[in-house]
This record gives sequence, structure tokens and C-alpha cells, in this order.
Amino acid sequence: MLKQIEGSRAVAEAVARSRPQVICAYPITPQTHIVEALGALVKKGDLNAGFLNVESEFAAMSAVIGASAAGARAYTATASQGLLYMSEAVYNAAGLGLPVVMTVANRAIGAPINIWNDHSDAMSQRDAGWIQLYAETNQEAADLHIQAFRIAEELSNPVMVCMDGFLLTHASERVDVPGQDEVDAFLPPYAPRQVLDPADPVSIGAMVGPEAFTEVRYLAAERMRQALDLVPAVAADFAGQFGRSSGGLVRPYRIEDAELIVVALGSVLGTIADAVDELRDDGIRAGALGITTFRPFPVQAVRAALDGDHRLRRVVVIERALAPGSGGIVTADLRAAIATADGGAPRPEDTIISTVIAGLGGRPVTRKSLREMLTSAAQGNLPPFSFLDLRSDLVTSELARMRAARRSGPSAENLLRDLGVTAVS
Amino acid sequence: MPYERIKFYQTGSFAAGNRLLPADLRSVQSSGDRANALTCGHRACQGCGEALGARYALDAAMRATKGKLIAVNATGCLEVFSTPFPETSWQVPWLHSLFGNAPAVASGVAAALKAMGRPEVRVVAQGGDGGTVDIGMACLSGMFERDDDVLYICYDNQAYMNTGVQRSGATPPAARTATTPAVGPEPGNTFGQGKNVPLIAMAHEIPYVATATVADLRDLEYKATRAMDFRGARYLHILVPCPLGWGSAPADTIKVARLATESGLFPVFEAEAGQVTSATPIRRQVPVQDYLRLQARYAHLFRPRERTDVIARLQAAADRNIARFGLRAGPGQPEQPERPPVPVAPHRDTPQER
Ligand SMILES: Cc1ncc(C[n+]2csc(CCOP(=O)(O)OP(=O)(O)O)c2C)c(N)n1
Ligand code: SF4
Ligand SMILES: [Mg+2]
Repeated sequence: MLKQIEGSRAVAEAVARSRPQVICAYPITPQTHIVEALGALVKKGDLNAGFLNVESEFAAMSAVIGASAAGARAYTATASQGLLYMSEAVYNAAGLGLPVVMTVANRAIGAPINIWNDHSDAMSQRDAGWIQLYAETNQEAADLHIQAFRIAEELSNPVMVCMDGFLLTHASERVDVPGQDEVDAFLPPYAPRQVLDPADPVSIGAMVGPEAFTEVRYLAAERMRQALDLVPAVAADFAGQFGRSSGGLVRPYRIEDAELIVVALGSVLGTIADAVDELRDDGIRAGALGITTFRPFPVQAVRAALDGDHRLRRVVVIERALAPGSGGIVTADLRAAIATADGGAPRPEDTIISTVIAGLGGRPVTRKSLREMLTSAAQGNLPPFSFLDLRSDLVTSELARMRAARRSGPSAENLLRDLGVTAVS
Repeated sequence: MPYERIKFYQTGSFAAGNRLLPADLRSVQSSGDRANALTCGHRACQGCGEALGARYALDAAMRATKGKLIAVNATGCLEVFSTPFPETSWQVPWLHSLFGNAPAVASGVAAALKAMGRPEVRVVAQGGDGGTVDIGMACLSGMFERDDDVLYICYDNQAYMNTGVQRSGATPPAARTATTPAVGPEPGNTFGQGKNVPLIAMAHEIPYVATATVADLRDLEYKATRAMDFRGARYLHILVPCPLGWGSAPADTIKVARLATESGLFPVFEAEAGQVTSATPIRRQVPVQDYLRLQARYAHLFRPRERTDVIARLQAAADRNIARFGLRAGPGQPEQPERPPVPVAPHRDTPQER
């Protein structure tokens, strides 16, 4: 049903229609509205599920691990510090092959503490063994959750649905929230492969030594390989039933003849599409490639999308997280995907890749800035690594200060003083 | 999954639970159809109190629940020695996730069972003292506070044994561990530290809290059984000597545990809703030296010279326990608290029938 609805609310309703049996909640901005809405649905009796108000994110992930191993469909949501706090259990859920679904309302990681959006949180868990899907819109965020349960359960692997904090979670948009009958037709009940049951006592989570650990990890890699087939298949099924396309591996936009391609994840893709249109109006053949499935990284789909006619191409990767000392996380995967070129295009030597760190800690990524940056990229003036809309005045004075006096410690407070902003905790 | 039949080699011993008594008075351990939840073949050290305690407790819980039990295990000796891949010693459905999250995992299992309409299946979570009093404390307190339907069992061997005997928040003062070595003027663990988790559990006013040791099988079985009478969060803290970490003889495990209670160093009691309801009186109080001397972790208290000052502090702690929990057996106090026998109903159908 079409509604004007907050993103969090839409996701909560989509999750509720997926009939989770156990939901664990620990509050962190900007995830709160999702679990609050689910809690209300359970309390009113509209959703028949166990709702655990736990004492930490570590407990939240641990409890969904227990619930899933006992045969229940289990869900939780978090963000930022919460995702890091549960990290040990995040890896554990994947290692145990438990099909839990978690929303990550993407938010920066401190220090300095920051509640606003970027992708540092989810990126920190990219190797945890979870499938990671990134929503571009609230419609897609809602739809991805319904797909996520099916993908997770068909594969016996957890799925993380990433949606940009505030930009999506707190934005009210028109969303078609699928009805219960439609979701039931798409998502069969959870039928666990192995379950804790006194009638058939199995031991789960045994210690594995050098004799088989590599094989266990190989199978994890294999599950991810299978996900590369399953994710688009589920998305196609979804499109067939619901009449709209959501999810899948990658989403190209005006890419066919493009000489300048912007790669990004999440809600920034909307702004990028507008910037691409404007660049086209300016006569620059621009296009965009959205990566919906970041884990597993869709190497073939990316290569196929970038496959042109061997013209020199510029690829600009918009990174919503910084890998200090290395650069861009998505860039590294993209570079590896292109470098595997074996006969088919794109050839690495034909591709110039630039990393642009953008939108950290909630800094808006505006169409204007994108357009200027991409224009200079088209002219060959974009350095391999840069920050979008960096306040160079601020960093220059702090760098000068650091040169003058050798001191250790946090630098954020100095910047705030320069800005005339008093630090508030 | 096939069940092992139990072979009894002990005859009439206290530990095996008085098999010569009438059937309705026998311990769970003495019955041929006990679940043997932790069966033979595991890799615990000789004389491991934890292996013994786990089998005693889970067999009693299995009988009390008619075999409808799921166990969640924290990382630690019990987990490592029982499940070297691809083998397992568990004859109960068993899940190990992490070191510090067993109570939360168990909460999740209990929530799932409730959601799936299977209230007859009960949940036990278990871990060592490190997994319980230190790294698992937040999850444990959360499970208590929510009154989730979980029995948590702490097997207290008073140090991080699995990683090589390091100090935990349950390590007693003066005890030598790898991180509180017996060197310097005040060798061993510091006085005035550590926490008493049974009392912390009571402060949550959960339905049932009890302590026990592997020395008193019937008491332990009674408490594991009694815990299953309640719904909600329950806590059972079992003292389990560790020959390796304590430097005691494997054959002395039961004796060492008994001396821990008879000296007053480890009070055995039970509590309901935050109130102590019974304490096991000490029949014949022994000086703490009797307990300490059997363990190399206290050797520095006796050699090269006897540290009467340190021993006196330990004796004072024991005396405080005795006063605090009213452990002195005296006129008007029963030698042993009344213990109804553990019901003899078979804990489950015989294996052949499944
Ligand atoms: C997060 C984490 N920290 C540390 C460890 C290492 N570790 C594994 S078992 C263990 C000791 C367990 O001690 P305890 O809980 O007392 O159980 P015991 O082995 O003594 O029975 C430690 C420190 C771990 N597995 N995970
Ligand atoms: S080290 Fe101690 S607790 Fe661990 S198996 Fe050996 S005796 Fe048991
Ligand atoms: Mg221990």
C-alpha cells in the first residue's frame, strides 16, 4: 500500500510483514525509530514475536544467534558504535551460518563521536562473512528486508541491510509497503537446516582445528559465491511479484557510452544521478554505477557494467568511509575487479580510477560539489585521492599548529575552536 | 543420535550417590538411565571438577525436564574439552557461541522456544568463572534483570583455566595464578578484590540462586532440580576444583571441594527472590590450612616459612562467611537441610525408542 511514511517506519513494517519470531533491540541513533516501531507492533499484539530489550548490542546479536539456532526467524538493528560493540558476535553469526537479518542505519564511528551518516560502520564489518546490501531509497530499504530474509534463509548466511542514517531512516517519502499476503507469497516460513532440539541433540559451535578450519572458511567463500547468483535471482523474483526493481547486484545509470563513471553505494546515488544528467547536458558523457551488493563484491557484474569499447575511461569512486593509511575501501575492490581483466575489457591500463572521500559524518554531498568535482575529473584534473568539500583552511591551520609544537592527543577540539564552535559532548 | 549406556565402576561410594539405597532415594548419578549429558571420551584432565559438576548438574536438569533441555556454553575448558571437532561429548542439544555471551544466547534460545510455542523445552547456560563473573557479567545481569527463563550455571574453578590459569574476578586472595604469581613480599592474588556473583544474582531478586560443590552430589542434584521448578532467571554457582590450576591431586577433587565448604571459605546456600532460604551447616569446621595445604597454588603460604599473617586473613574470611550465612551447626540447627529426594521418573524415553 502506498503511504507517505518515514523510512524507519517503512522498514519496521516490512520487517514485521516478514514475520520475525524474535526481535532484539538496543537503542542507537539513527536506528531507534525502527526498533521502536517494531516494539509497538509487538506490544499491541499486531506482531506475534518475542521482543527483547537487551542490555547492549553485543547481547542483541548474541540473543538473535541463540534464537536463530533454536529455529526462530530473528532480527535486530543497529548502527555505528553499536555495530562495533557487537562485532565479535557479528562474525560469530556468520561463522555459525545463521540466517539472521540486521538493519544497519549507517552512521559514522567516533572519536570524535558523530551521530550523522557515513558508511564507516558497515565497512568495518565487510569481512565478517555477512551479505551486505545497500539501499538507495526508502522503497528499496523496505523491499531489501523482505528479500534479505529469503536470501539469508536460502543460503544459511546472515544478511545486513544498510540504509543511510537520517538521509533514509528519518526521511518521509512515498513508500509502497507490501501487504501481508504479498510478503507471505514471497517469503516462505523459516525451515532451519540444523536446529537445537531435544529430539535430535546436535552440538553446534564446536572447536575446529587446523585439520578442517580452512575447509570451513572455503565453504564460507563458496556461500558468498552462491550469493552472487541468489541475490539477483531473488531480486528478479521480487520484481516479478511486486512489479518494481529493488536489490540485485549493481545498478547502472546512463552507463552505456559513458567515459566518466561514478561508482557509489547508498542514497547518494540519487544525487549522483542528477549530477550525471547535468554533466550530460554539459556534453560530458557521464554515467553512474550503484553497487547494491557490496558483500559479496559482484566482480563480474561490475566488470560487465564497466565493459565498454576500450576507450580510456575515468572512474570516480565516491567513498563514504575512509580507510586511513590506505584510502578507499570500495576503490580497492573495484581496482581488484578491473585488474582481473583476462581478455575481456575493461583493461586496467585503459582506466583511471580516482577515489573521492565524501559525505563523512553527515557532511552533505551536494549536486553542485559533485558536478564541479566530476567536471574537473572529465578534464583530467582530479587527483587520484581527494576529499570532497574539504575545509582546507581548517586543516591547514591545524597542520601548522602541529608542526609548531609536538604534542599528542585529539585534534577535533582545536578545529572546533577555530570554527568558533564550543565543543559539546 | 545414539546414547551411551553408563558403565558403573564405583561401588557404594559417596560420589556415585548411594546406589544401594531404595530406588526412590538414589541420586540421579546412581541411576542407569541418567542422561549422561556429558558422556565419556572428552578431554578434561584427570580429576577435573568442572567435568564432574557439569555432568551432575545437567543430568539432574535433564531428569527434571524429562530430557527437554537445551544447553548453551561459554568458551572455556568445558567447551574446549567436550567438543574437539568432529567429536562431541554432549548428549543434549548444545550451542557454543562466544566467551562472554552465553547468557544472552540463552535468552535468545528461550525467546525462540516461547515464540515457537515450546514452553516445555528449558534452557541452561553454562560457563566458567571467568566467562561468568568477568566477561559475561553484563549479559548475565541483563538476563537476570529481564527474568528470562534460563538457568545459568557457573562452574567456578577460580581462574581462567583454559588459557593457562590466569586470575579472574573469582580468584581468591593469596592464590597463585599465572598473572598473580607467588613472588614478592605479598605473593599471589591481592586481598580485598573480587566479586561474589551469587550475592549479585540475589540483588537482582531473581526467583532462585544457589551455590553447591561437587563434593555434595545430592545437594547439587537437588539444587539443579529445584531450579527447574521455577520459571524465570535462575543462577547456580558450583565450586569445581581444578587439579591443574590449583595444583591438587586429581584424586583429591572431592576432598578439596568438601574442605572448601567445611572451612567456611565456600558457603553453600540457596535463596529465593533475594532472600536466603537455606544454608548448609558445617558439620565439623576445619581450619583453612587443611584446605590450603592440599593445593600448590597456596604453597607459598607454607614454604619457605608459614605465612601465619596471610593464613589468619583467610581464616578471618572463612569465619565471616560462617557468621554471615549462619553455617555453624549447633543446637536447634539440622545437620543437613531437609532435601526431598530427586524424583525418580526416567528423564526421557529409552534411547531405543527414539
Ligand atoms: C573475547 C575473548 N577473550 C578471551 C578469550 C580467551 N579465553 C578463552 S577461554 C578463557 C578462559 C576461560 O576461563 P573460565 O571462564 O574461568 O573457564 P575455565 O576454562 O576456567 O573453565 C579465555 C580467557 C576468548 N576466547 N574470547
Ligand atoms: S585445566 Fe582444570 S578445568 Fe580445565 S580440564 Fe583441566 S582440570 Fe578441568
Ligand atoms: Mg575458570
